[in-house]
Amino acid sequence: MSRIRTIARRSFIFGSVAIAGGVAFGAYMLRKPHDNPLEDGLAAGEATFNPWVKISGDTITLITPHTDLGQGATSMQAALIAEEMDLDFGQFVTDFGPPSAAYYNTAIAEDGAPFLTTDDSLTATLTRGAMGSAIKLLGMQLTGGSSSVPDSFDKLRQAGAIARETLKLAAAQETGLDARVLKTQSGAVVLPDGTRLAYTDLAARAAMVEPVQDVTLRPPSEWRLIGKPMQRLDIVSKSTGTLTYGIDLKLDGMVHAAVKLNPRRAPMNGFDGSAAKDMRGVLRILPVTNGVAVIADNTWRAFQAVDAVDCDWGAASYPAEMDGHWGEIEASFTPERLDKEWRHEGDVPAALDAGETIEAEYRAPYLAHQPLEPLSAIVTVTEASVEVWVAHQMPRFLQAEVAKITGHSADQVILHNQYAGGSFGHRLEFENVKLATEIANQMRGTPVKLTFSREQDFAQDFGRHIGAARGRGVVRDGRVEALDLHIASTSASRSQMGRIGQSLPGADAQIPAGAWNAPYALSNFRVTAYAVPELAPASSWRSVGASSGGFYMESFLDELIHAAGADPMAERLRLCNYDLARKALEAVAEMSDWGRALGPNEGRGVAMVESFGVPVAEVVDVTATQDGIRIDKVYVAAEVGKIVDPVNFENHVQGAVVWALGHAMNCELTYSDGMADQRNFDTHTGMRLYQCPEILVRGLENGPKVRGIGEPPVPPAAPALANAIFAATGQRPREMPFDKFVDFI
Amino acid sequence: MKLTVNGTVHEVDVEPEMPILWVLRDELGITGVKYGCGIAQCGACTVHLNGEAVRSCQIWAEGAEGAEITTIEGLGTPDALHAVQAAWIEHQVAQCGYCQSGQIMQAAAFLAENTAPSDADIDDALSGNLCRCGTYPRIRAAVKTAAKTLRGEI
Repeated sequence: MSRIRTIARRSFIFGSVAIAGGVAFGAYMLRKPHDNPLEDGLAAGEATFNPWVKISGDTITLITPHTDLGQGATSMQAALIAEEMDLDFGQFVTDFGPPSAAYYNTAIAEDGAPFLTTDDSLTATLTRGAMGSAIKLLGMQLTGGSSSVPDSFDKLRQAGAIARETLKLAAAQETGLDARVLKTQSGAVVLPDGTRLAYTDLAARAAMVEPVQDVTLRPPSEWRLIGKPMQRLDIVSKSTGTLTYGIDLKLDGMVHAAVKLNPRRAPMNGFDGSAAKDMRGVLRILPVTNGVAVIADNTWRAFQAVDAVDCDWGAASYPAEMDGHWGEIEASFTPERLDKEWRHEGDVPAALDAGETIEAEYRAPYLAHQPLEPLSAIVTVTEASVEVWVAHQMPRFLQAEVAKITGHSADQVILHNQYAGGSFGHRLEFENVKLATEIANQMRGTPVKLTFSREQDFAQDFGRHIGAARGRGVVRDGRVEALDLHIASTSASRSQMGRIGQSLPGADAQIPAGAWNAPYALSNFRVTAYAVPELAPASSWRSVGASSGGFYMESFLDELIHAAGADPMAERLRLCNYDLARKALEAVAEMSDWGRALGPNEGRGVAMVESFGVPVAEVVDVTATQDGIRIDKVYVAAEVGKIVDPVNFENHVQGAVVWALGHAMNCELTYSDGMADQRNFDTHTGMRLYQCPEILVRGLENGPKVRGIGEPPVPPAAPALANAIFAATGQRPREMPFDKFVDFI
Repeated sequence: MKLTVNGTVHEVDVEPEMPILWVLRDELGITGVKYGCGIAQCGACTVHLNGEAVRSCQIWAEGAEGAEITTIEGLGTPDALHAVQAAWIEHQVAQCGYCQSGQIMQAAAFLAENTAPSDADIDDALSGNLCRCGTYPRIRAAVKTAAKTLRGEI
């Protein structure tokens, strides 16, 4: 086999390959995330194209293909490689790498399989394995689902170890010494006499060495980086205004575009651009899908001009008013719309018949994503290629979407991925990229930068799904005897996949997420999901289904516990049948001194939700003041198996709590005349600094699997807050946002 | 029209009503200042106008003539950090980081007036700056550290 070849996108790379003046390492023998007999016999070479490490004569480049949305993915990925490679921060550069099937996500299937985390049955194991294989075959490169750490933890350490051992082999050949007497430290191979051979000086020879495949990963006791506080690689640039986001990029000859799109997400009947065409800086006015674009010499001028275009909008395909949306949801608790009965333990109908039932209904509204960096994209279309500069979480799907518009092959679409100014699910969608491509395709050769105004971004946001739940339950002798939860929701997954021409096989596991998998052993427990036909288009919003399912489940359980006269913490602990979740509850009980005497008007609530395999327990303390509810303190315990960076972990958990509480307090997306009523942060506010409680975080490492933390702290926060408001006021908010019922400071 | 940004005078040919946010970003290529909402609700575009923290999306170009505009690039650099930036790094405040230029500019102007702020002072001064990632606990801690530095206690 030839050792000299270049790294071509989508080409198979066997082991290490020579690149211009250097070497790139691929992890050959990937450790499988789970043993799966179905995977036996798949093409052996498949995992060989995994280029994560490049070394030239002067630079060590670590490829970090998981998109950095602010969660610190770049630093995390680099640290895992650097740990095994004996590199220090500062000795390497990072690169997002090209879109590639090599970067398929090994972990995303884990949570997609419809089994409880605790289910290690053959069927569950085989299904997870089969889903993983499908994702592997599809080459599905995706950042999301709190999967970056689980996907990377073994794989990238392995990539680093292969690089390390191969560099040692190269050094052995160079010196005539036995590789076994060589060590590595701080970017160099160290000879027994202390001589240091820098990795970069070994690059040319390493390119010619058959890479070492059989490597041993360092035991945790030898970790230098993992588990210890790190300084994020982007922290200085983000604190000095020197990090360039996609929205900041400028190319030679670039023009600036703005769009005005039908807020009813339907076609435009027509437009009149006469008031805009002579405005200063306006270059062109072009119709685009569902709207119109103005191309100008400056973003602000494009915004001003597109505002001046008069558009005639077609009608929405969904109900014009919220009554219609809620009506459709209320009408969906029927056998015809049954998506799946997800869990039935005991005999729920008999238990409900036998006792006095307690009933309640809950609602979760549409919500906007709206990360602070508005959507933008730069696209240049030429005959030979399409270049795209944007932060995106699904690079290969992006290539396909762009290629459909321009007629290029997907391989001709070159993505320059970027740091994102937040996402929360927003950058799983393609509208900004597709629209910029449509415009650039009509102006071939010219780089076009499309920037969404905040108002357009809100109006076109594919928000969180909308749903409701009906609970019925029975309590007896101070205990919760039966819990029957029916959830009807639109399907974010179906809506999202439909936009890229895919369909969701089977029931949508996100509709009952956070509820059906609740780690409780109730005598009689049933969770049933109903699929509401698509209303307003929806998409994955941080923690997806569990953001509503966890609220329904943990609110209703709390109501039943209260009706039983039991203690909310003690009864949850009694019911909890999953050791890792119980430890999270115990931790948060200890942290919060659960059971302490409360002051007047104080209340506290607890909730525990498992999502993405991570059980998270939270206690929220509030005080009902004369000016409204003040959130005083939040305690969080989360089980993730292993914390890669405790500083980033704490920041991330705190941020997730702020995110969840802020939206539960005061955010919803509503529609009037088919258009979103909320168009900026004045009406979709979230939490402000003065409202932010003290948030105490404890990460637990009891479990055998390494998990992600981006989303799991979100779902318990809203129900814990609702339960605390009830404890303080006697009023139980059953619909988000809670400011429909109570004021907040 | 002449605008003075970070000590340099720039001649720009723009409409009098163009917000300086866009003059800075699109005409002068100074992109540490961020567009977030355009209606003074998020604070991502915060700059100093004669030392005072303002929302650059609300300041017309003609209104900034003759004034000293300072952006995050003029506050400090990676090699010569302002005390607020150093505190932001020490506490690793940023997640996505998009709001942080504005947060830092707001904090710097506030601390220039009040180096011994109470918790309530900090809440009042910084609650106009939105952080969608929710880094508020770290912002509070970093402001306190920066205040100590500015008081000469660190």
